[in-house]
Amino acid sequence: MSDHCHGSTDNWPELERGYRAMLPEDVLAFIDASRGREHSESMLIATLHMVQGHFGHLGPGHLEAIAQLMQIPLAKVTGVATFYHYFRLQPRGKYLINVCLGTACYVKGAEKIAQKLRDELGIHFGETSKDGIFSLESTRCVGTCGLAPVVMIGDEVHGPLTPSQIPTLLEGYLARAAEDLAPAAASDSR
Amino acid sequence: MSQMINLKIDGESILVPEGTTVMDAAEQIGIHIPRLCYHPDLSLEGNCRVCVVAVEGFDHGLASCATKAWEGMEVQTNSPMIRQARRDIVELLLDNHPKDCQTCDRDGNCELQNLSYRMGVRERLFEGKRKQFPIDDAGASVVRNAEKCILCGRCIRVCGEIQGVFNLSQHGRGFTTVVGPANLTPMDESACIQCGQCVNVCPTAAFLEQDHTERVWKALSHRRKDKHVVVTTAPAIRAALGEAFGLPMGTPVTGKMVTALRRMGFDAIFDVNFSADLTIMEEAHELLKRLAGEGPLPLLTSCSPGWVSFLEKFYPELIPHMSSCKSPMQMQSTLIKTYYAQQKGIDPKDIYVVSVMPCVAKKFEAARPEHVLDGMPTTDAVITTRELAVMIKSYGIDFQRLPDGEFDHPLGTSSGAGDIFGATGGVMEAALRTAAFKLTGQNLGNLDLTMVRSDHGAIREASINLAGQTINVAVADGLQNAKILLEAVKRGEKKYHLIEIMACPGGCICGGGQPYPPIGTYTLNPELAKARAKALYSIDAAKTIRCSHDNPDIQKLYADFLGEPLSAKAHELLHTHYTARTPRGIR
Repeated sequence: MSDHCHGSTDNWPELERGYRAMLPEDVLAFIDASRGREHSESMLIATLHMVQGHFGHLGPGHLEAIAQLMQIPLAKVTGVATFYHYFRLQPRGKYLINVCLGTACYVKGAEKIAQKLRDELGIHFGETSKDGIFSLESTRCVGTCGLAPVVMIGDEVHGPLTPSQIPTLLEGYLARAAEDLAPAAASDSR
Repeated sequence: MSQMINLKIDGESILVPEGTTVMDAAEQIGIHIPRLCYHPDLSLEGNCRVCVVAVEGFDHGLASCATKAWEGMEVQTNSPMIRQARRDIVELLLDNHPKDCQTCDRDGNCELQNLSYRMGVRERLFEGKRKQFPIDDAGASVVRNAEKCILCGRCIRVCGEIQGVFNLSQHGRGFTTVVGPANLTPMDESACIQCGQCVNVCPTAAFLEQDHTERVWKALSHRRKDKHVVVTTAPAIRAALGEAFGLPMGTPVTGKMVTALRRMGFDAIFDVNFSADLTIMEEAHELLKRLAGEGPLPLLTSCSPGWVSFLEKFYPELIPHMSSCKSPMQMQSTLIKTYYAQQKGIDPKDIYVVSVMPCVAKKFEAARPEHVLDGMPTTDAVITTRELAVMIKSYGIDFQRLPDGEFDHPLGTSSGAGDIFGATGGVMEAALRTAAFKLTGQNLGNLDLTMVRSDHGAIREASINLAGQTINVAVADGLQNAKILLEAVKRGEKKYHLIEIMACPGGCICGGGQPYPPIGTYTLNPELAKARAKALYSIDAAKTIRCSHDNPDIQKLYADFLGEPLSAKAHELLHTHYTARTPRGIR
């Protein structure tokens, strides 16, 4: 059949170029090495870890490139990526907020703190605010039960907190983020 | 010979071959263990736990579909503990399911509803949070309603194992687990090829066809009598429609179907089989041209829109091999709005074409931008056999008692070759009958080319000698089989001149839009395909005209309107083109 194949209707070479451009060299080498090996699809999770390690998250484009280059159905790839807690499908914000939902914090009203954070930021757990500043996650005990209920922002622990303190707390980080950006903006305007 | 095993089920001793599941063993002594995610023609999933049984030595139930019998095993299928467990499982499924049976499309034909009745669930004791997901009803063909999904996984299995498309998967985990295409993208933006087999195997209404009945009712209503409403029926409808009215599987109901359509008020009733004959005329000449060296071989048939989408997404490099013939439905609709409109002196804009199809993908095909005539769609509505049955019932027509009616002319006459289009191998058989005549100047002595019919396996090959030339052909039904065939051709292991591919296993007769079989019988059941195919082959055998080129109305169409096969006019009206599409499928 190859005698009759018209390259013009085959979109693979062009697609493959595009997909390869989306992934870093070491990941491509890893995928190329696993291709053709028995059960090469079992390298999917390892590949997802590598890609997330590189980009900090797994975007739709990354997942599609992984699926196509490994020849694993995309639905399978997104199924795996959404199943495991560790995989992040959105870029992480500048500050990661971890609400402790461990027993002590929970008893002290962590759910109300979590709800206030969701309302203030307009996002759910696992998501990143539109401005890219905050990501919201939940965690179990962080070992500071005496301060319950606690919230970790970046590597700083805040507690004990009440829902009404949340807006001020977030404003502090927003101001910090703005300061960090200011010199860059100033240099841009020159 | 495999070793035999002794076990006891509900106190009764039984001898079964090693490897037999408890569910199958029980079946042998007349015990039907309730089940839900199980499907005999798909791999085992064992996730619904409805089929649990008690086994001596275990303090928990075992899933009988996935547990193989062992020597000395003692099974209770109806102990109080098991009955309670099974009922609780079904109740828990119901608790997380919408309470809208009366208005649901699957009302009366839902496996969950039936099971809950049989388990004696008469009230809902567990009231809790219910999952909520948006409905994806933007697709041209397939509607996905995750709230009705019970996560049995049959759709995932049929899409991958039978169709080789692997478009569906579970996403997320726990309570929010949801089945859908990658990233839960809308069906039409996914790798879906619209075949509708997910609709066929779904035990509930989590997958359905896009409803076109409303637009047909509207066209038929008195307010819209300014429209000339034409209906046209595919070959496979007559082999299955009767099942929706309690007739045995594979009862041919052509005459009753025509009468029902007439009573519903259609202005003209035509038969897509006419255009099946026309497709053969064009496709056979295309084959002759390619045999003469013009264009690539093998030639691939193009009638099945699920297969067309599969080609465009999975094998775009083979597009030059594809026949440029429109499907019979599109040829028929085009002729209704040109040839017939001209004959009747009706402005094509005032004609409304309703196609009755065994197929869900035809809805997508009708919406393709290639299929327009002066800016309007050639086919205005596509209803499945199931939708037609609902319309007939809603009209209060007593189908079983209807007298036989006849199709209208000129687009209602067909040869036996047109009739068999609905079964896998039928297009091939019809094409060979006409190619033989064109190459040798006479019809084959025996028109029954049984070697391409489905009794000979999922992938069939045959060689036929015509005027000193050996024509090698192959047929595949089900796209996983098509993949196997195409890969062999691509590797150069096989050289064929003509390949017929139909997306659905068994062909159109088991298409995604055919009536749901009665509960207990499963779609994909080979007996169902066999019975429906038999109906079509019996219609063919009973006809005096059994070759497309002998159809007098086809001859007249060429003489009066098209000129000859592959003429400029035929090309303009009856042929189409294909494009590589994304997302590209993984093969």
